[in-house]
Amino acid sequence: MTRAFKMLSFQASVLVACTLLLTVISDVVSAAPAPAPAASVSIANFTFKAQVLTVKPGTTVTWTNADDIPHTVTSTTGAFKSKVLDSGDKFSFTFAKAGQFGYYCALHPHMTGTVIVKA
Amino acid sequence: MLDDHNDDRRGFLKCMAWAGTGALFAFNGGIGSSIGLDAAIAAPRKMALAPFSFVQVSDSHIGFNKPPNADARATFREAIAKVKALPTRPDFIIHTGDVSQLSRDEEFDDAEQMLKEAGLPVFFVPGEHDMLDPEGGKAFLNRFGKGSQGAGWYSFDHRGVHFVALVNVADLKPGGMGNLGADQLKWLKDDLAGRPSSQPIVVFAHIPLWTVYADWGWGTDDAAEALKLLARFGSVTVLNGHIHQITQKVEGRIAFHTARSTAFPQPVAGTAPSPGPLKVPAEQLRSMLGITDALFVRGHDRIALIDSTLSA
Repeated sequence: MTRAFKMLSFQASVLVACTLLLTVISDVVSAAPAPAPAASVSIANFTFKAQVLTVKPGTTVTWTNADDIPHTVTSTTGAFKSKVLDSGDKFSFTFAKAGQFGYYCALHPHMTGTVIVKA
Repeated sequence: MLDDHNDDRRGFLKCMAWAGTGALFAFNGGIGSSIGLDAAIAAPRKMALAPFSFVQVSDSHIGFNKPPNADARATFREAIAKVKALPTRPDFIIHTGDVSQLSRDEEFDDAEQMLKEAGLPVFFVPGEHDMLDPEGGKAFLNRFGKGSQGAGWYSFDHRGVHFVALVNVADLKPGGMGNLGADQLKWLKDDLAGRPSSQPIVVFAHIPLWTVYADWGWGTDDAAEALKLLARFGSVTVLNGHIHQITQKVEGRIAFHTARSTAFPQPVAGTAPSPGPLKVPAEQLRSMLGITDALFVRGHDRIALIDSTLSA
């Protein structure tokens, strides 16, 4: 009983220490100049993940093709259009303005995704 | 029917002449100047009645080099060797698309060189992998689609059979599957108009013209409109690729068939998280790749399709 309590108490101290450490780290990070917002979408198993991504204006979204088959990232309105992305290739686009941006793979058009940009 | 044969033969020899010069298309009608026309007219009419065969190859994906096939060029070469070794020499080859992996010039070049080894005319339709150059299919069309219409569709007659090459990989719509489009459907209507319903028809296109599996985009959104135009014909054979496996279906008087790839197999519909390459062991690969031999015997309703694998 006593031993178990000691173990618990030790675990609790470790937890407290870790939390403190994390607080310090996050303080250091937030003290640095704010990096340009970025988000990523993976293309895997013929699916965009996340299928719906919500970001703030000015965010650069990077798609990475993790499939063994080439894909594209093609806006439904022509707002952006990647070249063909072979395995491992990336495509980035910065969403400056708020709005809803649908896109699809021009090779496999059943693959669709949306980026929602709002402040 | 006999009267048609000269035209058919003329059309075909015209195509052979084209093939000899490196452009691989022939068109129905037999009008215009072409090398070989005189020979065509002089040819004995009896030949038109002989049974004939042609071969379908598909999805060569030249440039593909990942599991389960590190060298799609090697397996395509094996497929061509198989065509050359057929006991009955086919009259021509059709390639139902995805000639290349990424529409690169060197991929198209290699495919063309290897196909030349067969010494036969080749008729192509593009797959979605052949539309990836910056101009969206121009590289393919300049090489394999001279004289075709729109995104690469055309037709020709051969020994009384009407062959129609359709393109369902151009201008694909978000959320959709394969697509023929209004222009091509109008062209098809005109192409089929006035043909006797007794004339056998062979249609070939990359993506299946019936819905094999919608979740993976294995179908063509507006195929029903094309099939409506074909419904009055007594014998229609639809040959497709895209799904890298054999599937067959008969609906009314239309027989559908998909061919194996020469590069890599894909999973049976719905049996995997995605339609990506099926990573089979090396010793199994060639039993899942192959060609389709199509035999036409006058008097029979259907073209006999014989699939054979690279391992057989």
